[in-house]
Parts: sequence; structure tokens; C-alpha cells
Amino acid sequence: MNCVCGHAQENLDRYFSPLYSILNSYSKAESSLIPILQDAQEHYGYLPQEVLREIAGHLGLSLGKVYGVVTFYSQFHLQPRGRNVIRVCTGTACHVRGGAEVLKAIEKQLGIKAGGTTDDLEFTLETVACIGACGLAPVIMVNDDTHGRLTPEKVGLVLDAYRSKSKAGANTAAPVSRH
Amino acid sequence: MNKITLTIDDQVVQVENGATVLEAARRAGIDIPTLCYHPDLSLAGSCRVCMVEDLETSRLLASCVTPAADGMRISTRSAAARRARKLNIELLLANHPNDCLGCDRSGSCELQRLAADLGVDRRSVDRFAGQKRKRPPVEQGFSLKRDPNKCILCGRCVRACGEIQGVMALDFAGRGFDAIVTTAFDLPYSEVNCAECGQCAAVCPVGAITEISEISRVWEALDDPDMFVVVQTAPSVQVSIGEEFGLEPGTVVTGKLIAALKRLGFDRVFSTEFSADLTIIEEGHEFISKITESKKLPHITSCCPGWVKYAECNYPDLLEHVSTAKSPQQMFSTIVKTFYAAKSGIDPEKIFTVSVMPCTAKKLEKARPEHRDSGFQDTDAVLTTRELARMIKEAGLDFINLEDGDYDQIMGETTGAAAIFGTTGGVTEAALRTVKEVLTGESLDRLNLGLVGIREAQVEIAGRVYNIAVASGLANAAKLLDDVREGKSKYDWIEIMACPHGCVGGGGQPFSRFSDAKDRRARGLTEIDQNRQIRKSHHNPDVISLYEEFLGEPLGEKSHELLHTSYQARNVR
Repeated sequence: MNCVCGHAQENLDRYFSPLYSILNSYSKAESSLIPILQDAQEHYGYLPQEVLREIAGHLGLSLGKVYGVVTFYSQFHLQPRGRNVIRVCTGTACHVRGGAEVLKAIEKQLGIKAGGTTDDLEFTLETVACIGACGLAPVIMVNDDTHGRLTPEKVGLVLDAYRSKSKAGANTAAPVSRH
Repeated sequence: MNKITLTIDDQVVQVENGATVLEAARRAGIDIPTLCYHPDLSLAGSCRVCMVEDLETSRLLASCVTPAADGMRISTRSAAARRARKLNIELLLANHPNDCLGCDRSGSCELQRLAADLGVDRRSVDRFAGQKRKRPPVEQGFSLKRDPNKCILCGRCVRACGEIQGVMALDFAGRGFDAIVTTAFDLPYSEVNCAECGQCAAVCPVGAITEISEISRVWEALDDPDMFVVVQTAPSVQVSIGEEFGLEPGTVVTGKLIAALKRLGFDRVFSTEFSADLTIIEEGHEFISKITESKKLPHITSCCPGWVKYAECNYPDLLEHVSTAKSPQQMFSTIVKTFYAAKSGIDPEKIFTVSVMPCTAKKLEKARPEHRDSGFQDTDAVLTTRELARMIKEAGLDFINLEDGDYDQIMGETTGAAAIFGTTGGVTEAALRTVKEVLTGESLDRLNLGLVGIREAQVEIAGRVYNIAVASGLANAAKLLDDVREGKSKYDWIEIMACPHGCVGGGGQPFSRFSDAKDRRARGLTEIDQNRQIRKSHHNPDVISLYEEFLGEPLGEKSHELLHTSYQARNVR
């Protein structure tokens, strides 16, 4: 179905224009695929199907091939990601010091399960096997920041610091969204 | 020549440098079981079924990817090698449904055969009981279905799709335990660049990729006393179906095929060769009009539906070069539901048209919405060669001992030109026989185009030399088409068949244990051509009277309405 706004092509061009700059900054070779995917994901936040189609077309690869590469690497995402990515450590040290309780508290506050993203795209929640900061257990990472010696009670304060301005200070106990 | 000498199972074997241990062993008459290995594809070494022991180092090696080295001492039968092979089969079966009963490949499954050969039993598999892959089977569209749970991830389909066809519609997605073979975003074949040629099914060792069966629909029509069921058989089926009953590839069993179809209850049995002649006449005249009116060349053939879909996906800018003549399957069904119905006084609504094809893409072709020129869906059902063999077995017919039957009239006459449609280069040779004779009255010499890859020829017609190219396998076709796209092509006529060797190597043909099966089937068709009394399409008396009584002239109004079609650019990759 075509959009009725009358600016479909214009909007499409605007949407893809950063992608075209990315494509033009690499040689048109199969070996450019992964760096192009990384840059495209950096810009769009994830890898939408339309973007992958453009990349495949540009490199002369099939969409199936590109999809195979994207699904192989855990660094690539086909679904929109939250502006903040929370990684909860579930390694041995964190586990014995209550990591599971911390995870449960975050899940409850955000109203999502590990692997999910809040509807307002504020947070994506993931678990990792070990982030190598066992001395701080239980530990989580939000984006590139490390937060150690957490308790379920402290979780709300940490999350608040990352909420976008309009929502900062909201009741930390209230879930932002549910699934 | 650089030679290497090694010892395999106490036999001294000499091979050229670069040969693998597997090749060396097979040359010495020693068979090592394989699964992911396929002679037409690159090496993968992923299944580890071909393990052998290096007696110098006691190491286990995957023989298909190990280069033979001078002085090697290999055992294919040592306890360690046998244990490793069996263990690897057991591990594959531990993540396999193991419900052979009802699997389309039961009896032709390579995994099933290996399990039996290696003495794998239920207990030895059950000791690895654990999580199994549980994905829903994928059965969308008309041609092919996938059961990811049966897949052993050998990658033969992925390699065939990428290497032979250059399509890459199938690839591995995900990793580790979650890895499966699928299309991009698990999209249906209709929404990706898949040609639906079925080469993936042809190389699949298990039942993970198979054709969507139409057997039960055909039985229903045959069982319905109100239905007049008409069947057509493609040229390449008569040289391959015998393999399903133990005959050698290329054995010509036309008479038995006809007899079997009559026993199954088909009301009329015809050959697609009749409409292949019709295709030649229409397409030949189309080419004549292009060369006499200096229209855009090259002319590209259109009888292969896998190629047509590939063109629509990958070369939409070249569709104007593609002949508008329908494929023989579609011409046949249209004529049955119009001319034949009227002449025989049968209500076309009560006619059920079945075609027996070496092909899975024909299943898609019949369902294309434009193929309703008779006022009904022109072709109702398409059976692959394999499916028809299954019906013959189900009916308990003693195929080999059937007394030969004859095609029915009035669409039963066939020519040598039509028979060779079933092999790469055949359409070209058949068409040029007609083109040259129509334009000059002179006969065409044999072209002897060969069967593999891209071949070319020059043909002189009325003082002008025409450059001809023939390609089978879509990766080969792409080389020719890229030149056309860039304006560098010297060719006036290009024939493209999606499958290697043409229809004799089609995705719906019997699974063969002979590596040269496709060559032998092609030779069978050449033999038919040479033995036919009429060898040129425009001399087919039934086709001549079809034009006199019904169609008028080639490319005429009626022909245009019933025998030509159109294509659509598909914006998929």
C-alpha cells in the first residue's frame, strides 16, 4: 500500500541517505559487509529489513546471505533496541551474591523480561555470563557504565539516572511499560 | 605430473597432487561413507561421517577435506575410524525426528541408509537423548517445503543454491544449536529471489527439503467419475522414471510410462512434446520477426519457469528480451481446455489437467495468476517424476513388465526436436531447425552443443551468421546476462535452463546413485531424437492441423491470446 502523504519517496530518500553515505565510505566488496552492518546499526539503532535490502543490493549479495551473517553474530540486532542497554551479570560470583534478585528487581521495575525492550524504547535488558568485575558483585552494566554491589533496593536509583528527562523523577516503583 | 603415493587399507594408491584422501580411496575402489560431501559442490567437511585414521599419528581425519600426502598410511576400517563414523551418525540422529514412517525420503534417505549400514540402533541413539530442534515445518507457496527438524545442517542445499545457481536464497541463519537453513527473515519463497528450481531438494540427503506433493489432489481427480483427467508427460521423464524401478539412467521407457498412466486411470495420456513443437513454432516465428524487423536482440528463451522467476527477480531490465511464448506445459493445458475440449465435446470445467514434470518450478508456474487463458486455471496439478513414481508404486504396478502403450490422439504426435527440449541446448537446436528451414528451405546441421556450462555456436541462416549461446545452471546464465546488461553481448539467441544439464537434471528428478545420471538421461533423449521419423517441429502433423483448424497462423491473434504470456519485475533479492 502506498502512503497517502504524497512525500513517500522524499521520506524514503531522507531515511536512506545516511545509509548511502555509509555504503559509499566502503569498497563495494563482500568483505565490507560486516563494517557496513556495524555502521548502519550504529546509526539506526538496529538493522531494519529495508536497510538490509539496500545493503544486499549495493554489495550484490542476496538478502538471505546478509540475513545469515546478521543472525550469526550476537552484536547485530533485527529488532529496535532501547536507548540504554542494561547487562546484568549472571556469572558465578554475582549469582552467589544475589545477582538473580537484582535481575528480578529490574525486570519488575521495567515490566519486561531479560532479552526484552520497553515499549518506549528507553531500556533493553540483557543478561551476560560474566563481565569480569567479580569484586563488585553483584554487578550490572548500563551502556558503558558499571554499577557494582547492587541490591534490589538500589536498582531504582540507577535506572532513574538513565531515564530521559521528561520521565526522570517519576515513581521508580512504577513500571514504565508492560508486555 | 606430480604424483603422490599413499597406502589406504594396505593398498598402495597413486594419485595426482591435490587429490583428497576420499578421492584417492574411491579411485582404489574403497568406499568411505559421506554425507555433506557432494561431487558437484565445494568441500565442507562439516558432517564428519567420512572419518578415517592416519596410522602414523593415530589421528582421525575427515577424508573429504584432507589432502592426500606422500607416504600417508590411512585406515578406513580401523576400530577408531569405524567408531568415530558411527558415533557421528548417532549424534546426528540424536537431534533428528527419526520418524521415517511417512517421510518423503524414506527409502532414498542417505542418513537412513548410513544408519542401517553402520549398525546404528535405537539404544545407541537414545543414550544421547536431550534437547531436540523444534521448529514448525515451512510449507508456503506451491513448489517446495522445508522441515528444519529433519535438517542435518550439511549445507548441500546452501552450496547448490549459491554455487550452481548463484541465487543464495537459502543460507544458514542463527548459530550453534539454534542454527537452521532458511530464507531471509524466513520469508516465503515467493517473496525472495528463489527460482524454486528445486536443486536444494535434489541435493538434500534427507527429507528436510522436498517438493510440495500434489499426489492426493491427483488421486481425488482420478477417483471422481465426473472429472475428465488429462495428463501430459515432459520429454525428460521418459528417460529418468525407469530409475525409480531399478533401471539405469537414460533408459527410454516411453511406452511403459504411457501404459502406467493409463492403468492409473488417466482418461487421456499425451506428451508435452506436442506442445514443445508448438512452442518452437511460436518462438521460432518470434525470433524470425525479431531478426527480419531488426528488433532488439538477443532473444532469450522462456520455457524454463525457474529461469523466468530468476529473471523477474534479478534481471527485470532484461525481461523485454525474454520470449513471450508460454512454456510447453502451459501451452498444452490451454489447448486442452479450449481446442481439445471443443473438438471432443467435453465441458472444460470438467477437465482436470495434470502434468508430469522433472521440475518443482513448474508447480509455481501453473499457479501464476496469468495462466488462466482457457477461462480456467490452465494446469490443475503438477507431479514431479518422483511423485508419479510414488503413485505407480502405490498402485502396485509392475512398471518394468508393463506392455508398452501409445499416446492418445489428437495431440499425440511428437517429433525429435521436441524430445531434446528436455536437455540443455535442445530448445535452441529444435528452434533453429525450424527457423532455418522456414526462412531458407535448408536443413540445419547438428549443433552438437554439449551439456555442461556455457556453450556457444554460430549458425548461418540466409547469408547471415547468428551467434548462439546456451547456458544451464543459473550462475552460468548470470555471466551471459551481465554482458547483455552492459551491452557487451555478441549473442543473437540465448537459451537458459535453470538446472544443470537442463530438465534431465531437474529438481524433481529421481535421486540417483550414479554421478553421471544427467549425462546418461541426456543421451537417452538424443537417441529418441535420432530414432524419430519426424525431427522438425513444423512437420508435426497434429500441430499443423491445430493451426489449420483452430489457431490460424503462428503469432496470429488466437495464438497471441492463448499461447503467449507476460512477466513481472519482482523487487526482491
